[in-house]
Amino acid sequence: MADPIIISASPHIHSARTSKKVMYDVVIALIPAFLVSLYVFGYSAMILTSIAVISCLLFEFLIQKYILKTKVTISDGSALITGILLAFNLPAGLPIWMIIVGSLVAIGVAKLSFGGLGFNIFNPALVGRVFLLVSFPVQMTMWPTAVENNTVIADAVTGATPLGIIKEGLQFGETMTSLSAKIPSNMDMLLGITGGSLGEMSAIALLIGGLYLIIRKVISWHIPVILLATIAIMTSIFWLVNSEQFANPIIHILSGGAILGTFYMATDLVTSPMTKKGMVIFAIGIGIITVVIRLFGAYPEGISFAILIMNAFVPLINKYFKPRRFGSKIKAKIV
Amino acid sequence: MTNSILYSVLLLASLGIFAAIILYVVSKKFYVYEDPLIADVDDVLPAANCGGCGSPGCKAFAQKLVNSDDISELFCPVGGNDVMKLVSEILGKEVAEKDPTVAVLLCQGGCDVRPKTTIYQGPRTCSISAMVYGGETDCQYGCLGDGDCVAVCDFDAMYMDESTGLPVIISDKCTSCGACVKACPRDIIEMRPKNKRDLKIFVGCLNEDKGGIAKKACDVACIGCSKCEDICPKDAVIMTGNLAYIDPVLCTLCRKCVEVCPTHSIIETNFPPKKVKKPKVEKPKVEKVAVVKESVESVIPKTDA
Amino acid sequence: MLKTFPKGGIHPAENKITSSKEIKRMPIPKVVYVPIAQHIGIPSEIIVDRKDKVEIGQVVAKSSGFVSSNIHSPVAGTVTKLDMIVDTSGYKKQCIVIRTDQKNESNFEEPNFPLKKEISMDQKDILKHITDSGIVGLGGATFPSHVKLDLKNDNHVDCLIINGVECEPYLTADHRLMLEKADEIIVGIQILMHALHIQEAVIGIENNKKDAIKALKKAAQSDKRIKVAALQVKYPQGSEKQLIKAIIKREVPKGGLPMDVGIIVHNVGTIFAIYQAVQYDRPLIERVVTVTGKKIENASNFWVKIGTPIKDLVNEVGGIPEGTRKIVNGGPMMGKAIKNTDVPVTKGTSGILVISEDEASRGEPKNCIRCGECVDVCPMGLEPHLLMNLTEKGIYETAANEDIMTCIECGSCSYVCPSHRPLLDYIRFGKSIVKKLNTAKN
Repeated sequence: MADPIIISASPHIHSARTSKKVMYDVVIALIPAFLVSLYVFGYSAMILTSIAVISCLLFEFLIQKYILKTKVTISDGSALITGILLAFNLPAGLPIWMIIVGSLVAIGVAKLSFGGLGFNIFNPALVGRVFLLVSFPVQMTMWPTAVENNTVIADAVTGATPLGIIKEGLQFGETMTSLSAKIPSNMDMLLGITGGSLGEMSAIALLIGGLYLIIRKVISWHIPVILLATIAIMTSIFWLVNSEQFANPIIHILSGGAILGTFYMATDLVTSPMTKKGMVIFAIGIGIITVVIRLFGAYPEGISFAILIMNAFVPLINKYFKPRRFGSKIKAKIV
Repeated sequence: MTNSILYSVLLLASLGIFAAIILYVVSKKFYVYEDPLIADVDDVLPAANCGGCGSPGCKAFAQKLVNSDDISELFCPVGGNDVMKLVSEILGKEVAEKDPTVAVLLCQGGCDVRPKTTIYQGPRTCSISAMVYGGETDCQYGCLGDGDCVAVCDFDAMYMDESTGLPVIISDKCTSCGACVKACPRDIIEMRPKNKRDLKIFVGCLNEDKGGIAKKACDVACIGCSKCEDICPKDAVIMTGNLAYIDPVLCTLCRKCVEVCPTHSIIETNFPPKKVKKPKVEKPKVEKVAVVKESVESVIPKTDA
Repeated sequence: MLKTFPKGGIHPAENKITSSKEIKRMPIPKVVYVPIAQHIGIPSEIIVDRKDKVEIGQVVAKSSGFVSSNIHSPVAGTVTKLDMIVDTSGYKKQCIVIRTDQKNESNFEEPNFPLKKEISMDQKDILKHITDSGIVGLGGATFPSHVKLDLKNDNHVDCLIINGVECEPYLTADHRLMLEKADEIIVGIQILMHALHIQEAVIGIENNKKDAIKALKKAAQSDKRIKVAALQVKYPQGSEKQLIKAIIKREVPKGGLPMDVGIIVHNVGTIFAIYQAVQYDRPLIERVVTVTGKKIENASNFWVKIGTPIKDLVNEVGGIPEGTRKIVNGGPMMGKAIKNTDVPVTKGTSGILVISEDEASRGEPKNCIRCGECVDVCPMGLEPHLLMNLTEKGIYETAANEDIMTCIECGSCSYVCPSHRPLLDYIRFGKSIVKKLNTAKN
């Protein structure tokens, strides 16, 4: 034999799953939503996404190579995902320098300063987005409205998101009945003809990607299903109590970043709990906080904050919601 | 305006007083008496917190020294006799006097003399690879080369020689804390007395296999030929099975065994080169040792053998 | 829905290449190397010397304690030396080297034993025969069988479970044995039921061995007390605890034994060995070994004398193929990689697996992405990522509190980890340290 025999401890075989494949599965799952955003926003979607992706990769490379002086890991796909998700959470037409600042915060602050992939407590893309949202509230809420024919849409026509319209309207004393005329129909929101961030356009495209992730077993069904169910149940209760003051659950689920956040950011492997029990608690927590912010908070949309808040609880959840140990119910006779 | 300044000053002052009272009460209530001697002893200890004495850190050792009546069993290997003498002065108790020792690597099977016959894949720490099998070479007694000893050394006294794949001990920096001895799953590091000018003679091999098998696995293995045992004038060489061991107490560093060893597995360090012929075995030379203060003759050296 | 254990488990590619290959008889090797530590417990004590003539089946090393076992000469021949030979553990261990004589009586060979159904012995005699014949668990754990059968009065055992799961990929030794020796296995079960006064026995077989299920069902027709349970294909179902849970839904308590829930588990191979020992007074000197690998030409199952060098086995199937980088003693999930082919077959060798270049290398470990796969697949409900972390950092006390000792070392966590982290390597190390700490405490 030319090469010496390899010795290692068991097991001697490995499943075909690698973390790289997992990451690229997420990227694949984001493609439908990206195509919809291209359709709706045209070039600006392309520019926004590519700037975010390139700057995320570049920052990761530069920081790892020159500041941390560790192995450069940009090929593992995680920075790519952060870039895409960050772009999806920004309104089309955001100034380029802001995108770059957001990427720097996402990669440099939220990811690498914690120790890189696997050690970050908060979802990097969301940290980037929230940082931009609190720093540049005006630019971050200038949504180019989607016009039904898809010629250059982002024609400086800015409008508000459905949730924004509702929030503002309710504050000025309008009722849901009068507001419902102003917001896009449920069908439009499902297909993607609505105002909002790049990636939160079409619920259906996001659902397709989400289903792909569940089928490929990248994520489990627990977080998305329970999170959406929590939002639906919470908003249903308020809606049933007073349908003039609170929007119905369908609007809540289809509009805003609910689906995007549910399938792609709440389920982020690194920042979500490791056990199924923990995932349930985590998802319920996000659902409740989201609804509370949406209905009673200052911002029309709350899922990014909700996810970040629950991210902070993940270590605690992991500690207290452990899987049931085999044989732990009964006491041993012989030890 | 004046009022608000007044109020805030009053508020802060009362807060401060309140906190001070709490602090005072708590510190009185939960006061723990600590023997002032412990602090004194702790001051003279080297503060290396290496655990070489067997206690978890210098403070714990100081406590142990103060609290035990008989401390002749206790010794700080890092501080050596000097520190122990100071301790004895503070506490007025008898302390043991020990000869300084230094860690010695009993394997010289580098990559060039001990060929690798397999490749190990897995966590590169000796403790784990030792659990899996006998090592990448055919010698199951020698160094695994994953550097657990280097990792535990608190004094930067060890490094891995990349060309040989073996750890190297810098005698000057070695405090003989014994951490590496404990870390090595193969027990190939021994504490031997630190002689004058760091002169040492020892068998750099632990292979217990029969001569042929040992030699096949490693060029510099001890093959158990007993030549060193025969030539030694002081009976310092002990043969156990197929392996020679030089008792550091009996050895007078005459170097006769070094010359007769057919596989050059007996190592001599820091001897001046012989005029007639050069020593055949070369270990990475350690820089000149500063003059060692302690005298070696007086007390019986302690070995960990 | 077929029965299985509820939590965790994986389903690696089965690769049961040799499942249709009849068990062939290996020619008697010229030299056998019989290690004296072939079982869990105290190594046996050598009672022969150099140049002694030994008969086939003669005791060459005596059991040296309760948890120990006799070792018999697998061949007739001469003891040439008592030497140190590298065994499966990767370390040199004491071995008895026996050179075979030309005239090996063939009447001691297994084909000459017709099926013998009548059980003539009483309980005591049966147990004595099992003890004397050096029978150990042939599933791989090599736990001396008589220890499991030595019931104290306060242990009420009501069910005997026969492990015919063979959940390891590649291996087919038990499968073939069940097919070819179904009647003998049933008699073996009856012997044990007779000896232990048990009225119920279940044979657990995974559903990928439909022919074996059929064969055993047919053989067990006449005895209503013996049932055959088809199980869902899932690794590690062959683990005692998981098997008991799958078949009769009882859960062995943490740190306990199957006996605590009134159950005894034996492997089919062990049952066959017990049958031979009791009915024909034939000690354990050979076993079925699967020799397999994707590149092996004539991969097959063999009756192999204990102590045969693996070299001989590999030559029998056409030698080591080009590009081989790993040889495993046992299955790919729990087997041990061996250093060279001089290593002898022992009582615990269920297969020899030859792995080529493309599968032999482990992936480079990367950061944990906290996906929780290891937690999902752990059949014991542990958190492998956490245990590895704790062991790596040397926090053994916490690791012990996180039940590191209940790990069954099935390797499912390392198998699924997308970051190729050596989870089991660290957990195993952690276990060894915690064990040491526990003994130090007591």
